[in-house]
Amino acid sequence: MTLLSLNSMKTNIGQYSVLHDISINVPEGGVFVLLGRNGAGKTTTLRSIMGLWKPSPGSVTFRGQDITNLHTADIARLGIAFVPENMGIFGGLTIEENLILATKTGQFDQTRLDRVWELFPAMKTFWTKQAWSLSGGQKQMLAVSRAIIEQRDLILIDEPTKGLAPSIIDAMADAFREISETTTILLVEQNFQFAKSLGRDMAVIDDGRIAHAGTMADFVADKELQESLLSLSA
Amino acid sequence: MDQVNKLIERLGGVYLLPVAVSLIALVLIGVPSSWVTLTVAGLAMGMMIFLMASGLSLVFGLMDVLNFGHSAFVSFGAFIAASVLAWLGGWLGSDSIILNSMAILAAFIAAFQFGLAAGWFFETVVIKPVYHDHLRQILITMGALIVAEQMILAIWGGAPMSVPRPSFLEGAFLIGDVAIEIYRVYALILGGLVYIALYLTLNRTRIGLLIRAGVENREMVEALGFRIDRLFVGVFMAGSALAAMGGVMWAGYETLITPALGAEMMIVVFIVVIIGGLGSIEGTLLGAIMVGLVANYVGFLAPKLALASNMILMMVILLWRPNGLKPAVK
Ligand SMILES: Nc1ncnc2c1ncn2[C@@H]1O[C@H](COP(=O)(O)OP(=O)(O)OP(=O)(O)O)[C@@H](O)[C@H]1O
Ligand SMILES: [Mg+2]
Repeated sequence: MTLLSLNSMKTNIGQYSVLHDISINVPEGGVFVLLGRNGAGKTTTLRSIMGLWKPSPGSVTFRGQDITNLHTADIARLGIAFVPENMGIFGGLTIEENLILATKTGQFDQTRLDRVWELFPAMKTFWTKQAWSLSGGQKQMLAVSRAIIEQRDLILIDEPTKGLAPSIIDAMADAFREISETTTILLVEQNFQFAKSLGRDMAVIDDGRIAHAGTMADFVADKELQESLLSLSA
Repeated sequence: MDQVNKLIERLGGVYLLPVAVSLIALVLIGVPSSWVTLTVAGLAMGMMIFLMASGLSLVFGLMDVLNFGHSAFVSFGAFIAASVLAWLGGWLGSDSIILNSMAILAAFIAAFQFGLAAGWFFETVVIKPVYHDHLRQILITMGALIVAEQMILAIWGGAPMSVPRPSFLEGAFLIGDVAIEIYRVYALILGGLVYIALYLTLNRTRIGLLIRAGVENREMVEALGFRIDRLFVGVFMAGSALAAMGGVMWAGYETLITPALGAEMMIVVFIVVIIGGLGSIEGTLLGAIMVGLVANYVGFLAPKLALASNMILMMVILLWRPNGLKPAVK
């Protein structure tokens, strides 16, 4: 079943035309990976889903509902979480405050909180610390924790491995595997090793267009295609 | 040097600044009794300016809105208070402190209500169309300040208006040879209470948490499912009401007010917000107290420099800390 679909989406930022024609269908369950070179339009795609840029023409539908013109806050309330490229954590707030803000009621569900602590023990260790004092990897963990502290149906994650050490990337991969058992993840990634270990379906964006879409297994097998779509020199 | 910095940080960091300034002033003034009087005056003035400025700081922090019309709420607050107090002259002149206080309370309530209503109107009609456009914000809100001044002229006339004060707030009490004006103590206490209330709201409630988070990263708060634009209207209204309250206190302090009050206070209020660092009420309080203290000390030590003292203070502080003393984390 299709959870999210982007239908011939075109997005301008100011006078620049950034996305020309983006159509993808993200099925429910598992990890859907969006690949693409720097500047291809991956972040813009996620921001357009979140209502932070407005596509026109084109549309975004979530569970069959047209959400193109909804306010960002209302899109979030439908059950979509967003982990932006810069993580968007609140540095002046403690870990606890960062997380409690992401709950609907202002109260933690203890089972979910325990799960977050289990996935990312650092969140418990630094519970009352201000978030600016966390390391880069811990900040990323906080950003992901914030996305799962409430039940969501879809999480949009923008390059979570950027600048992280290999050991932390492995921990992240384990966490995503577990999260994807209950929540669909739309993952933007440049780290192909990481992406390939997680993704079931995938698409490649190039210059604001979908250049390829299919299963991860097929894409991994086709070295030539990888070369032409992801290499720096094309 | 590093160790000195660490020690200063340990002792309270930028919060030491008013202490340091007042100690230097003590040395320069030399007469302890005058110094105490000036310090109390500076703190009281700082508290009143804090009330006027706190809303502006949050409004800018939350929505990047530059509101040069903010001090219109200060002058309306002052004139409304003057009218209410004149109208309740009987209560104000009576021997009963309770009746006196009721008159003052009525002035505060009237100004506060006006601030809420006018804040809502101003946000909806003037500010909303120019979100995300600083140049237009500056032009339109400066225009609004002029319109507000003309409205005050039309309603209250151009002549300076005197503001009656109850007898229990008149005069001074003496501690040894130090005279302390009662009104200043009253302003200090009231300002302190408002600061505590604001501090608790921002740090102990969910709305406060949303405001602090929104000041840091508005987009992310929205991506978590909260309508910052709706929250912003509330913050704008509260900030306007606080400014009107500041106007009430200022009116009682000056006892003679003119329609130019708004434009005069605008400069001070902006300086305070810039010195303090945008978006944080701790910074605003610090900036307001610095401005209050320096204005009083300089006024005594070098009266000719009094007018320039705020500007000089701002330049010195910005050279040292370009983002202000205690900006919100961005
Ligand atoms: N705010 C903006 N204003 C103007 N152009 C922008 C803006 N944001 C992005 N762009 C442009 O849009 C294009 C796509 O940017 P986008 O951030 O979506 O790429 P990306 O695929 O996420 O790249 P990266 O892998 O480097 O994060 C780029 O050419 C970029 O310069
Ligand atoms: Mg990007």
